[in-house]
Amino acid sequence: MAERRRRRGGLAPRLAAYALVWAGALLVLAPFAFLVSTSLKAPAEVYERPLRWLPRSLTLDNYRRALTQVELWRGTLNTLCIAVPSTAGGLLASSFAGYAFAKMKFPGRDALFAALLATMMLPGVVTLVPQFAMFASIGWVDTYYPLVVPGSLGAAFAVFMMRQFFAGLPDALIEAAALDGASPLQTFTRVAFPLAKPALWTLAVFGFRGAWNDYFGPLVYLSTPSKFNVQQMIAATQNAYGGEPAVLMAASALALLPLVVLFACAERYFVEGVAGTGMKH
Amino acid sequence: MTAAAPRARPARTRGARRGERWWAYAFVAPPIVGFLVFGLWPMAASLYLSLTRYDVLTPPRWVGLDNYARLFTRDPFVAKTAWNTLAYLAGVPLGMATSLALALALNQGLRGERPLRWLFFLPSICSLVALSLVWGWVYHADYGLLNDALRSLGVARPPRWLEEPRWVKPALVAMGIWATAGQNMVLFLAALQGVPRHLLEAAELDGASAWQRFRHVTFPAISPTTFFVAVTGVIGAMQNFDQVYVMTRGGPEYASATYMLYLYQSGFQYYRMGYASAMAWALAAATALFTWLQFRASRRWVRHG
Repeated sequence: MAERRRRRGGLAPRLAAYALVWAGALLVLAPFAFLVSTSLKAPAEVYERPLRWLPRSLTLDNYRRALTQVELWRGTLNTLCIAVPSTAGGLLASSFAGYAFAKMKFPGRDALFAALLATMMLPGVVTLVPQFAMFASIGWVDTYYPLVVPGSLGAAFAVFMMRQFFAGLPDALIEAAALDGASPLQTFTRVAFPLAKPALWTLAVFGFRGAWNDYFGPLVYLSTPSKFNVQQMIAATQNAYGGEPAVLMAASALALLPLVVLFACAERYFVEGVAGTGMKH
Repeated sequence: MTAAAPRARPARTRGARRGERWWAYAFVAPPIVGFLVFGLWPMAASLYLSLTRYDVLTPPRWVGLDNYARLFTRDPFVAKTAWNTLAYLAGVPLGMATSLALALALNQGLRGERPLRWLFFLPSICSLVALSLVWGWVYHADYGLLNDALRSLGVARPPRWLEEPRWVKPALVAMGIWATAGQNMVLFLAALQGVPRHLLEAAELDGASAWQRFRHVTFPAISPTTFFVAVTGVIGAMQNFDQVYVMTRGGPEYASATYMLYLYQSGFQYYRMGYASAMAWALAAATALFTWLQFRASRRWVRHG
């Protein structure tokens, strides 16, 4: 990797760059360090000032209380009930549609694709109230369906991304399968879909992040506390444990942990997803 | 279906094969149905509801343009929250400058670039709810990290960040920049890697200063990315909700309340769904206006191709 590093500029700009970057790193790190430090402190130490970064005695009691009293484990299960079907359905639906838009010919293709893209420009807030009224009229309020069904049909953004991916596959590959007598469905499932793994991972990671971090959707639709997702549960701890920052911080740390681990393992897909959104322009 | 394809020419050039189109319609059906049921229809319904008084429990009652009249002329909370939201928009250029500065610094091939990039990106994968709880504690007037640091630097009475109307917005903007700078930095880094090196080197040989090289080579080359970050940043800032709802619920004295927060409260706490729909359309119109203005202005500074 060393030979890849390109040194540019003179000494002074490089020193300035180092100063800027390390100051930034400290600023990014400090709140996280404060979070971890507070979450490991016994109640008596939490309010000790000036601040001691290293607790006198480490305790995991705050984490135990976050898991049992705040019932974060239940919030995690609830979140998975939303995240898994919506992500999986969305992946499947958007790959089928993305493939059709990229590699199949049918009347109205471009118009349908343009209509779908137009929904990306539509602020979600405009459809908020009628969607709520619609779900209320069929008794879906306070269930997970409003949070699962729309996304599992394939969001416009996901369809767009999959279309861009499949458009990059050589036509010859598809035609060879067709010449071998494969139906369009077989061509898709046996040839195109298996090649889409990198794009699917990126979408899956993004879908999971979106579902795990979602707060507004569950806030609008879920009212029974035992159905709350993780974000709602930790937001609710603020009222119940506002006077106990250590428990609040432990709950926040637990809510952040799965994504931090996922990010550590799959950084590539997060970065590609973000860089990909920028490339569409 | 492929048997009929002439050998000499690829089947594709003959246009749509017969069976293929029905497969294709089946393939695209789910997102199209989703678009019709959860996009197009609610949009039309929203336009209608915005002309009614509606509380979900009883049928909507027609009031004409009254919701819009009230919104634009009689509701002091709309004026206040719209103004607050504009103040949050000021954070967009600040955040962009931060992201660009970090990207420019990292792009010099610094030691530890990878772990630093990882660290800067970290906040953007985190939930705003958890980050808001953490920052609520960082900003705590008596025991927070920030005021502890300020006191140790000799500030006797540091601001009570989230409790004073004049400090709460800057505090939330600063946290917003902290939370999103890394994501935009990654975008800028990707763009910077695409700046033609021969142009930079030619400019350097011609004796251009670092600023001149940035101004005339780098900045034009990354301008499409800058534009993208600006447009999405403005759209995001106009719908700012999670952070404010969790950290302050709009207080103190509604000084931190965003338009989106007021919309949510109107619709889902006071059940003024018709009014909330009208507010949503006003927000959509304002968003479209800002985006259009940015596209117009972009002709002067964004270089394509």
